[in-house]
Amino acid sequence: MKTFLKILLASSLAISASAKEIKLLNVSYDPTRELYTEYNAAFAKYWKAKTGDDVTISQSHGGSGKQAQSVIAGLEADVVTLALSYDIDAISQQAKLLPADWQKRLPNNSTPYTSTIVFFVRKGNPRGIKDWDDLVKPGLKVVVPNPKTSGGARWAYLAAYAYALETYGHDDAKAKDFITKLYKNVPILDSGARGSTITFAQRGIGDVLLAWENEAHLALKEFGDDKFEIVTPSLSILAEPPVTVVDKNAKRHGTTEAATAYLNYLYSDEGQEIAAKNFYRPRNEAIAAKYAASFTQLKLVTVDREFGGWTKAQAAHFADGGTFDQIYQPQ
Amino acid sequence: MATQKIGAKKLRVLPGFKLTLGFTLFYLGLIVLIPLSAVFIKTSTLTWAQFSHTVFSPQALAAYRLSFGASFFAAIVNAVFGLIVAWVLVRYNFLGKKLVDALVDLPFALPTAVAGITLATLYAPNGWIGQLFAPLGIKIAYTRFGIFIALTFIGLPFIVRTVQPVLEDFDPELEDAAASLGANRWQIFWRVIFPTLTPALLTGFALAFARALGEYGSVVFISSNIPMKTQIVPLLIMNELDGFQYAKATALAVVMLVVSFLLLLAVNVLQWWSNRYNTNNLA
Repeated sequence: MKTFLKILLASSLAISASAKEIKLLNVSYDPTRELYTEYNAAFAKYWKAKTGDDVTISQSHGGSGKQAQSVIAGLEADVVTLALSYDIDAISQQAKLLPADWQKRLPNNSTPYTSTIVFFVRKGNPRGIKDWDDLVKPGLKVVVPNPKTSGGARWAYLAAYAYALETYGHDDAKAKDFITKLYKNVPILDSGARGSTITFAQRGIGDVLLAWENEAHLALKEFGDDKFEIVTPSLSILAEPPVTVVDKNAKRHGTTEAATAYLNYLYSDEGQEIAAKNFYRPRNEAIAAKYAASFTQLKLVTVDREFGGWTKAQAAHFADGGTFDQIYQPQ
Repeated sequence: MATQKIGAKKLRVLPGFKLTLGFTLFYLGLIVLIPLSAVFIKTSTLTWAQFSHTVFSPQALAAYRLSFGASFFAAIVNAVFGLIVAWVLVRYNFLGKKLVDALVDLPFALPTAVAGITLATLYAPNGWIGQLFAPLGIKIAYTRFGIFIALTFIGLPFIVRTVQPVLEDFDPELEDAAASLGANRWQIFWRVIFPTLTPALLTGFALAFARALGEYGSVVFISSNIPMKTQIVPLLIMNELDGFQYAKATALAVVMLVVSFLLLLAVNVLQWWSNRYNTNNLA
């Protein structure tokens, strides 16, 4: 009897030990809540079928800069999926949690999906907003978050600046003038993309919202496409929100394998399908063709080509005393 | 001077002086002094030029004016109306008095983010209160006035709760004596009651002011956060942190710390001066 009980105990322990409980923390930026809710469920199913382990993924969302700062300060992220590579570079430089060449480890600069910045306006487009030039008209109110704290806001700022550079002959002075006029039309600077969406859609403030493309589509679904519509400008920026494993944290938690698989699965057909359904432009061309109706074609420029990379852009525009600060300098 | 005690040792409730002092210093050091000194140490990594550039930049100066100005006015308004609320709660009986008394503590209990979002929703141009003022052209949320309202909201309990006990302990015989000596109602209030309340009012004012200065959660939702216009200093500090400029953030924090400390010291001196005729605490 005793031996039987001992065998029963040992075998039950063995069975429970073979189905591992893995917990991952994904620290992400503001608008990706819906994307990762759907994706996490799909990945958990896939991982259970593949290895028999249960994986639970917790999410944290906030302005990209804030999230990076939290990870540096000790938030135990296994995986970061932020809005721009500069914020992940900061994690690498300041906290040394992952190697400096992290971006080369996954395909497409570690960016499984891209997005861009579009205009979100009230139904019927009463102010007749067609392109960036309309945003600097006096009296027009533009809602956009604070570039110092929000990744989406930095993409929007650079998109506007890039438009000015392309249209006014790459003249820095004219571009600065353009961006100053644009930000003089901004009544409120929220700290994150989602905050700006709420200010525009729920509080009824502003004539146009400069939003992530996916955020604009989500807002249409949420608030009704009888109240708002999306206007795609002639030119916008190719926003590449990268993803990466945070090596030291994943190693400490023993989740490196699961975390790497979690990110790799974003590039798989199912991952790309989920991204496209949530209005992120997938890298996979076949799936992009399938969802071509959701994504308007427009001229997309990159940070590398227009600004020489994020480090230069950050130093010139968003650092202390940069162009963004100069906009608010007393004249 | 007290004479030496001869004979029986004086019995105290808690252990001896050295032990108590030691524990007090240890606790204070751990909770207050060591974290604060970390702020100063981090700031000292900046050169003097960097420090003054950060701390005296136009954006920072505008933020100081807003933070200190709005907090000061909010605390003053709270002092006036908090006194009235405390007076009503102590001197009158009415239906629902206990409920009102409990409601005064609500700004204490409410998480600041909740307070901020609630106020922003209420005073936005399409909010319940905001829409009444919008046709008149008065904007409340997303202006400095909105910040002032948020700071008034969170500071109210401090005044009421510091003044209430003093009012409750106030001896009604003093008022009767003043009336019998021919004082009218205003004279009774101004010359008999108000001087007794002044120390408590000043304490409440200092607390409300200090709380309003450091307020981040409730202000950041109702403010438009535009640099030079509606940016409070805590937000500026957060911006520096988000740019990974930790030393600059602590530099701004040091300025806030030092100025707040000086202001509270001034209030304390004022309190001590106004209390000098209080005969209750003669040693």
